[in-house]
Amino acid sequence: MNVIVEREKGPLQELETRIAALRERGGAGPPADVAVLEAKYRALLEDLFGNLTPWERVNMARHPKRPIASDYLAALDQLDELHGDRHFRDDPAIVGGFAKLRGRRVMVLAQQKGRDTKENIRRNFGMVSPEGYRKAKRLIELATRFGLPIVSFVDTSGADPGIASEEHAQSEAIAACLTALAKATVPVVAAIVGEGGSGGALAIAMADTVIMAENAVYSVASPEGCAAILWGDSARAPEAAERLKLTSRDLHGFGIVDRVVEEPLGGAQRDAARFVERMLDAIDEELRRLEDRSGSELLDARYAKFRRIGAWQEAAQPAAAVVP
Amino acid sequence: MPRPDWLRQLRSKDVPADDATMWVKCPSCGEVLYRKDLEANLSVCSKCDYHFRMHAYDRINSLVDDDFIEIGETILPGDPLGWVDKRPYPQKLAKDREKSRLSEAVVTGFATLDGFPVALGVMDFNFRGGTMGTVVGERITNLLEEARKRSLPCIIFTASGGARMEEGMLALMQMAKTTHAVQRFMNDGNFYMTVLTDPTTGGVSASFAFQADVVIAEARASIGFAGRRVIEQTIRQKLPENFQTAEFLLEKGAVDMVVARPAIRDTLVRMLDYAVDRKRIAPALKAVPEFALQ
Repeated sequence: MNVIVEREKGPLQELETRIAALRERGGAGPPADVAVLEAKYRALLEDLFGNLTPWERVNMARHPKRPIASDYLAALDQLDELHGDRHFRDDPAIVGGFAKLRGRRVMVLAQQKGRDTKENIRRNFGMVSPEGYRKAKRLIELATRFGLPIVSFVDTSGADPGIASEEHAQSEAIAACLTALAKATVPVVAAIVGEGGSGGALAIAMADTVIMAENAVYSVASPEGCAAILWGDSARAPEAAERLKLTSRDLHGFGIVDRVVEEPLGGAQRDAARFVERMLDAIDEELRRLEDRSGSELLDARYAKFRRIGAWQEAAQPAAAVVP
Repeated sequence: MPRPDWLRQLRSKDVPADDATMWVKCPSCGEVLYRKDLEANLSVCSKCDYHFRMHAYDRINSLVDDDFIEIGETILPGDPLGWVDKRPYPQKLAKDREKSRLSEAVVTGFATLDGFPVALGVMDFNFRGGTMGTVVGERITNLLEEARKRSLPCIIFTASGGARMEEGMLALMQMAKTTHAVQRFMNDGNFYMTVLTDPTTGGVSASFAFQADVVIAEARASIGFAGRRVIEQTIRQKLPENFQTAEFLLEKGAVDMVVARPAIRDTLVRMLDYAVDRKRIAPALKAVPEFALQ
C-alpha cells in the first residue's frame, strides 16, 4: 500500500471532482465558487503534502503515476535506442542510446520501470541485470570515443538479485560500469528521478553533476531491507527511512547531490509533463556548465569530487583500543 | 628485523589461554582442534579443510617476509548520520573495536612478499561484518594512492558484508571513491590483485574487489553481489549448496583461480613474478624508509 496514493483519496479527490464538475459547466455557476474551492484545494494539498517525512517521500518515489524513464525519453528531441551487451542478451530494464537533448547530442542511459504489471514484468521492475550494466558500459565507452556527454536517468529499487544475475557476475558488471564512468573523458550528468537503490543505482550515477528530483530517494539500502536487518521486522521501514538520510535535502547537505529540482506540491505526478521539462532544463543547464572542460579536467574534478566524500577523522595516534 | 611490539601484541597467539580459548570446535566436521595447531595451520581445519575466518593481523603475519609497516591507522570513524538503532553507532563501534582488536574493518600498509615490496590491504569480517564505511573507503583509497606514488603493486584481501548501513549514502559513495583510486592506480601500469575471502558481497564486491588485474578467490569463500537470504526471499526457493561459492564462481568464469589458504602466499608471489618487473619497483624500496633499512 502506497501511503501517498491513500492520502490522495477521500477529501482531496472529492474536491478535485467538484472543481472539475464546476469547470465543465463553464459559465453556468458563479465563478467565485470555483475560486473558493480551488483555494480550499490548495490549502488541503499544503496540509497533506507540505511537509513530507522520509517514508512518505519513499512512497512518492514509488508512486504508480510518477514520471518514469520513458516519460523523460519521450520528451527528448530524438532518441535512437542501441541494444544489447553483445554477449548474451538485451536487458529491457535499462534503455540506452544516441539522443538529442535541447539540440545537444548525448548518450542516454535510463533505468526503466513499467507502467503496468505486464510492462513491469518485461522490464523486471527496473532492476538491472549484469547484461544491462554491460550494455551501459559499452555505451559509456562509445560516448567517450565520440565526445558525447552522458546523461543518465536513475530509477531502480536496486540491481537484480536473481540466480542468473549472480551466475553472470552482477558484482563484476557493476564494478566494470563504475570503471567505465571513472574513465569517461566526457561530461556525465545523472538525474535521480525516482528510486536510487544502492549500488545498482550508483552504477550509472557516478557523475560530474548529480541532479535529484525533490521527492526522489537515494539510499544505501531499501528501508524495508534495513529494518529487517536492524529489527528483524520490515514493517518498521518508516523508522529505517528516517535514519538512512535518503532524501534530496539530506543528500544535498552531504555533497552527494549537487542540485535538487523542485516538484509541484503533492509530487511530480500532479504536473508530470511540466516536471519532465523542468528536469530536462536542469540537465541542459548542467551540461552547458561542463561543456568547455577538457577530458583531463573532467577526470581530475570527478576524482576530487568523490575523493572528498566521507566523514572520517584523522587522529594523532592510532585508536587506543587497537593496542590492548 | 623484529616485529614492532604493537603488532606482536595484536597476534591472537598471545591472548591468554584458558580452556575455552585453547580448544576450538570445527563448525564443519565437529573435530575439536588445539588452537595453537589450528593457528599453525593458518586456521584451516586439519581434518576437513574448513577455512576459519582469519584475523587481519594473523593474515598479514602469514604473508609478509618480515615487517609490516601500517599506514592509515590514524584514519578513524565518525558518526555522520547520528545513527541510533538498538544502540548508538559509536557504541557499536566501540564494541567492535573490543571484539576484533582492530580500529576499523581494514588494515593497510607496506610489506615485502618474497622480496617484492607491495602495498597490502586486509579486510576483517570481525569489525562490523567487514562493511565499507567511510574509513574503509578512505584507507583503501589512501593505500592505492601511496602505492601509486611508489609504483608498488597492490594486493587487497576482501571480506565484507557490503556498504555500511550506519553511514548511509556516505558509505555507498566509497564505491565511487575506491573505483577512482583503483582506476588511477592501474592506469599508470601498476599491478593490482585481489583475494576474495569469506564473505565478499555487496558494495565491496561490486567495486574494488572485482576491478583487479588478477582476482583470486580463497577456497570455499562465499562471494556474490546480493546476500543469499535476499535471493531466497526474492525467488522463494532454496538455493543449491554450492551457489556463490568460490568454486561456483570459477566455473562461471568470474574469477581467475580458486586457491586454498596455505597456497595463497606462494600464488601471489608467482603472480608478482609474472607481472612485475623487479627493476621497475626497485626505487620503491627507497621511497619507503623502513624498507631502505633492510
